[in-house]
Amino acid sequence: MSDPVLSTLNLNKSFGALKATDDVSIDLKSGEIHAIIGPNGAGKSTLIQQICGGLQPDSGRVLLNGQDVSGQSTQARARAGMGRTFQISQLCMEDTVLENAVLGVMGAEHLAWRFWRPALKRPSLRDRAEAALERVGLSDDRDTRCANLSHGQRRQLEVAVALTLSPKAFVMDEPMAGLGAEGSKRLTGFLDGLRQEAPILLVEHDMDAVFALADRISVLVYGKVIATGTADEIRTNREVRDAYLGDEA
Amino acid sequence: MSSILIIEQILNGLQFGVMLFLMAAGLTLIFGVMGLINLAHGSLYMVGAFAAAAVAGVTGSFLLALVAALAAAALAGAIVEMVVIRRLYNAPHLDQVLATFALILIFSEGTRWVFGSFPLFLDIPDALSGPVTLPGGIEYPLYRLTLIGIGLAVAVGLWALIERTRLGIQIRAGENDREMIAALGVDISKLYTLVFALGAALAGLAGALVGAIQSVQVGMGEPVLILAFVVIVIGGIGSVRGAFIGALLVGLTDTLGGVFLPELFKLFMDNGAAQKSGSALASMGIYVLMGLVLIWRPTGLFGARA
Amino acid sequence: MRLNEKYFNALMIAGLLALPLWAVVADQPFTITLVTRAVILALAAVGLNIILGIGGMVSFGHAVFFGIGGYAMGILAYHAQTYTALDLGPFSTDGTKSMPVIWLVAMILSGLVAFFIGLLSLRTSGVYFIMITLAFGQMFFYFAISWAQYGGEDGLSIYVRNDFPGLNTLAPIQFYGICFTLLCVVLFLFARLQASPFGLALNAARQTPTRVETVGLNPMRLKLLAFVLSGAITGLAGALFADLNRFVSPTMFSWQLSGELIVLIIIGGVGRLMGPVIGACVFVALEHFLGELTDFWHVYLGVVLLCIVLFGRGGLIGLLTGKEGVHV
Repeated sequence: MSDPVLSTLNLNKSFGALKATDDVSIDLKSGEIHAIIGPNGAGKSTLIQQICGGLQPDSGRVLLNGQDVSGQSTQARARAGMGRTFQISQLCMEDTVLENAVLGVMGAEHLAWRFWRPALKRPSLRDRAEAALERVGLSDDRDTRCANLSHGQRRQLEVAVALTLSPKAFVMDEPMAGLGAEGSKRLTGFLDGLRQEAPILLVEHDMDAVFALADRISVLVYGKVIATGTADEIRTNREVRDAYLGDEA
Repeated sequence: MSSILIIEQILNGLQFGVMLFLMAAGLTLIFGVMGLINLAHGSLYMVGAFAAAAVAGVTGSFLLALVAALAAAALAGAIVEMVVIRRLYNAPHLDQVLATFALILIFSEGTRWVFGSFPLFLDIPDALSGPVTLPGGIEYPLYRLTLIGIGLAVAVGLWALIERTRLGIQIRAGENDREMIAALGVDISKLYTLVFALGAALAGLAGALVGAIQSVQVGMGEPVLILAFVVIVIGGIGSVRGAFIGALLVGLTDTLGGVFLPELFKLFMDNGAAQKSGSALASMGIYVLMGLVLIWRPTGLFGARA
Repeated sequence: MRLNEKYFNALMIAGLLALPLWAVVADQPFTITLVTRAVILALAAVGLNIILGIGGMVSFGHAVFFGIGGYAMGILAYHAQTYTALDLGPFSTDGTKSMPVIWLVAMILSGLVAFFIGLLSLRTSGVYFIMITLAFGQMFFYFAISWAQYGGEDGLSIYVRNDFPGLNTLAPIQFYGICFTLLCVVLFLFARLQASPFGLALNAARQTPTRVETVGLNPMRLKLLAFVLSGAITGLAGALFADLNRFVSPTMFSWQLSGELIVLIIIGGVGRLMGPVIGACVFVALEHFLGELTDFWHVYLGVVLLCIVLFGRGGLIGLLTGKEGVHV
């Protein structure tokens, strides 16, 4: 069995009396999509934050590619190969689509400390950025200011910026949020092919997408993982039905 | 160095500190409730001082002068809030800074226009002039002692207002959750005007009280304003308790540093050089204090953790 | 009417060349001095524009660097004109009257101070940052006042303007030429910096620091370097300003000056290449013409400023070119 690319070991996080993350150990293996689902308030965002470095856990560790990244900053984790997308787009709204993608390449290539030649006139930055935009289908909008993009296009750009990082693992926080049926379907198809490049830890509310994509699914309830397994196993799991699917059906 | 001198200087520091508190309390309340940085707070201090000096000049009554200072500053605050500040609550900090900077220009030059460039004088009332003898045989000016008393009384009053009254509940709610107070049926714009006027009145009171020991002139407010900023950065922006502790720290540091640093330097320098370097360093003392607090706690002693 | 920003910029530069040349022909030395003043203030504000316009940091203490530049000039020239040695611990110097040396010292010193102030104040953001930079400005102001060796509150007078190899700096137009050239050089550097990878990253750090971290960059370091560069340029402007007046005093450190530098940028347009330049020209013109009409011209400046903040984003360049300003 190959070592997991990304894993958490016994993560714990409390806010006062509320246990937001309760002894969570999950892993992400090469080539897979591992979805994390759970009702609102189950602690998914808190978990993602701890994995990406926005929040420090009270105890437990995060491993990326065999390297302990617990305690490291967000930027150090990004450099170690974590490619994150946000539930609420974190894009430079005043900049163009291309500039946003170029920023990603600059991070990946350690090229931010250059002061002379314009960023957009550097083939080393521009080519990779354009390739990423091409893949998500934003090439025609490369000179559009981000503020003028539709919601769906911003979601695509989020993914494109993560692509420019050529990460070892993707961590995607609700990439389908706010997409219409059509957009969801297209992105589902895209992510389906992406897992070969790097595995994806996927937090998602869109159950159609989750069951279509995920190799494994973990169910988070009150900060605790109550089940992990394939789509079929989760579908038939009694505890999950009670705790989660039960109140939706 | 005698213990009498030390106690005198500590009292001076306290007096300076409580006056800074009157300024800082308003600033920090306004920031805590409305999220606004108000550079023109120093102008309200000046308005209070000028109103007091003008009224004292006509009536000869110090008490009436204080009432005038409170009323004029509160009124100026309320008008400014309704005409300008209200449009800035959701604006970026840069806009707030610029607009209130513009207000300083208008207030300062407007006051110069009306009253001229020469300083006015506000006399200490006869009843409060002269020294009193404290236990231990220390002679201390009664007026300054009164200032300490007034400052402490205001601090207690503010505490009671915030902890014990309906208005206080609304203020605390406003600091935590703006939508909440709207949901409670509180008229937010009235609350904001009220809080702003309250902060302005405190600044005006400070201006009038300090105006009697210094001269009343255009531009008197801004140095105090910047010190009040240092106070609330140290105390934590939005915290009235932090403003109180910060104000006393700054008042004591500034006063004691100015007296004792040159003395300290005299131990290993000749007198002239010690006086020079000591007072140069003392002028930086409170900023060093601020720097140290920031290294230790970037959001101040009582500020919300980021 | 909508102007293309490029033409507008070229027009500004042409105007800054033509006006002083006309003043020479018409024998109006005071006009040259006024324009020189505008150009130097513009230079200081271009420095501030790096952190304000690109990096989004509202520094209300930039007079610190202006003052340090001024005092660097004042102290070096004072020792040179009094033939006294300036002791700096291990080594000692006789001061200098050479502009290039003074500029270098001014820039290095202000950059160094900017590094330490930046290190402390960038631990915070928002309102804290504004208040802390303001407080540091005040600290230097009071320090200068109590620095009796160099004139304390009264400041220092330098009797003869400093030298520049091959030029007669006492001729107003030649000194103007120096200042104008430096402004052009710095504007060119600003334009390069803004478009460079560093500029792009700094610009992103203003809009969304989270994004910058997520691609593996450290927004704090980007901002700190920008702060240092910004301080050094404003320091250079301070040295020139001191040379223009042949006088330095603690007012170069005053908070009003810090405020005015921000105001210059706002009048012209935040984050715009020529924003500080047009802002400085308008400011100096207002100061001069309104100042002749009334002693209380600051009231009008206040009203104008209030209107810009409340009703007109993007400054004059925004107004003329129809582009919105950046958001800080």
